[in-house]
Amino acid sequence: MATYDGLFDTLGLRSWCDSGDGGGPMSMADLLAQTGGSGDGGSGRLPFPSLDSLNDACAAFPQSRDLTVGLEEGFLSIRDPLRAIVDPLTQPLSWMLNGTLNIMTTTPWFIMIPLLMLISWCVGRSWKIVGLVAFGLGLLAFVDYYDYAMQTLAIIFVCAFICVLFGVPIGIAMSRSDRLQRVAIPVLDMLQTLPPFVYLIPLIFLFSVTEPKLYGIAVILYAIVPVVRLTDLGIRLVDKDVIEAADAFGMTKRQKLFGVQIPLALPNIMAGVNQTIMMSLAMVVIASMVSAPGLGILVLRGIRNLELGVGLIAGLGIVILAVLLDRVTKASLARIDSSQSSR
Amino acid sequence: MTKPVKISIRNLYKIFGDDPQHALKQVQAGKSKADLLNESDHVLGLRDINVDMKDGEITVIMGLSGSGKSTLIRHLNRLIDPTSGEVLVNGEDIMSWDESRLRGLRRQTMSMVFQKFALLPHRTVLENAGMALATQGLKQQEFETEATKWLERVGLAGYGSQYPHQLSGGQQQRVGLARALTSNSDIMLMDEAFSALDPLIRTDMQDLLLELQAELKKTIVFITHDLDEALKLADHLVILKAGAIVQQGEPQHILLNPADPYIEQFVADINRARVLRVRSVMTKGAPEGKVCGDIAASDNLESVISRARGALDRRFRVMEGDTPVGSLTMADLMLALVPREARIPA
Repeated sequence: MATYDGLFDTLGLRSWCDSGDGGGPMSMADLLAQTGGSGDGGSGRLPFPSLDSLNDACAAFPQSRDLTVGLEEGFLSIRDPLRAIVDPLTQPLSWMLNGTLNIMTTTPWFIMIPLLMLISWCVGRSWKIVGLVAFGLGLLAFVDYYDYAMQTLAIIFVCAFICVLFGVPIGIAMSRSDRLQRVAIPVLDMLQTLPPFVYLIPLIFLFSVTEPKLYGIAVILYAIVPVVRLTDLGIRLVDKDVIEAADAFGMTKRQKLFGVQIPLALPNIMAGVNQTIMMSLAMVVIASMVSAPGLGILVLRGIRNLELGVGLIAGLGIVILAVLLDRVTKASLARIDSSQSSR
Repeated sequence: MTKPVKISIRNLYKIFGDDPQHALKQVQAGKSKADLLNESDHVLGLRDINVDMKDGEITVIMGLSGSGKSTLIRHLNRLIDPTSGEVLVNGEDIMSWDESRLRGLRRQTMSMVFQKFALLPHRTVLENAGMALATQGLKQQEFETEATKWLERVGLAGYGSQYPHQLSGGQQQRVGLARALTSNSDIMLMDEAFSALDPLIRTDMQDLLLELQAELKKTIVFITHDLDEALKLADHLVILKAGAIVQQGEPQHILLNPADPYIEQFVADINRARVLRVRSVMTKGAPEGKVCGDIAASDNLESVISRARGALDRRFRVMEGDTPVGSLTMADLMLALVPREARIPA
């Protein structure tokens, strides 16, 4: 006698229940009950209805494990058409990742390091930052992690670039339409709160593990959120009076967007880019589980083979990269701020 | 000397809320602002506004905060659309205009000066001044001469390459004024343009505006909550209260003949000797008998008192140019200084 027998009897659903007798596999609780020799499977359960306890009373109900199995089967059944669409669309990502990884690891250090220093000078206009970049890269080279660091940097450059490429327009669209914002914010919240590992699960089913786009997509989905959010916020925060003045002087929507809104939202957008780069660095370590090259591989080796030293040094290397990336983007942010600090 | 009407507002209503058309019928049937707010949660912004703004005059719209004056000025270039009514510019109803014609109006016919300056913080002073021309597609070297000319005219020669945040509030508003002038529009809308400035700088800016106006003869619509400012600048004064016009007309006339207690209360605190002019208080007709001197019809009473050195037994002949038009005794003058409600019936 199960807990909810009475319920189905009073509702007159008994015959429906019996006709739908699934005869499916026993749940773990049933198995335990059988081996334990006691007949009342329902007594040890929580008092509120669950799929398993309803299944006890009425066989037409699915068990909770059917739910997860069903989800898996559903995903597998749409996998092939989905792959047919997504695969060619994301192929350029694989090419970009492969190409950048190739360039950054084959270019000799005496070109690569000055080039990175030059980029940080262009972005930040500060000799202190350039010195920091040279010191950080030198330190990585000193422990022979230069190649791994370049791989990690290559992935971050590609992913952050794509995040900005898509994130800024999405943010602009969100700032213009309240309805889109209402729809997009829960999606962004979900992307931001899903544990990073969870991104990898459907992707592994969809693509082969050897393809770079697998980790590329995971990194981009995880890291795109801040740049979208802060672009939206930045444009919405632009002084209403200035927007009104732009209207009063007859600016078109395009003139207003490129001449007023984006320049004034730039500090916020740059803060979003900074966050995006930081988050892609975090994700690229996790993505090493699905064959993303770089320092993450060494961290993973440290865990898998219990090589304490390798794992810790690689972790510190990631910290050095994070500090360099953060300081360079912050310096550019400060430069934009000081050139237009209004009021 | 009637000048042509440049902007004309006809039966303008503005109601904020979900169903303004329904609320409009109720308002036209005579429902009050407070009732409308309590019963249907609609805010009556403007009620039956009719104003003619003449070419080359300064029309001042005055009212306390919440009276709808900022809403009204935004109807003139349709930053806000009315619930019902017409706005005629040069005789054409701009309500029927599409977006591109409206943009043309905003670029070429009307320019605006804002209370909070609303300069572009990431552009230089010169680029800000040339904003109207740049919006029309001109390159910097094409608008540079024009923008520099007006920057010099408002007293900011040499500031062109600086950024707005490097300037003081008064200087920023000068840039705002130069920006409006550079567009070469006939009409200038000034939304509490000097209200955010401190008193001395405000007086400077008022003088600058009057000086420019004497030369340029633009049609200016000026919003303010300050009666002294309104009386100093206005050729035509419109007083708003709770979204409706209480009184409009020549400022001296309003001062001497306030239409209701609200305006009387308003005008009670101002310095009448400085605002009232001889023309408004004199006895008409060329004087007979002895006078002790000539005064101009456009003199204010303050200057007449100082001319008489405070003596009360003088009588002056009033001249309009070279012809005598009236006379003024010091006794009349002193009486005119007393607000109407404070007078004891003779």
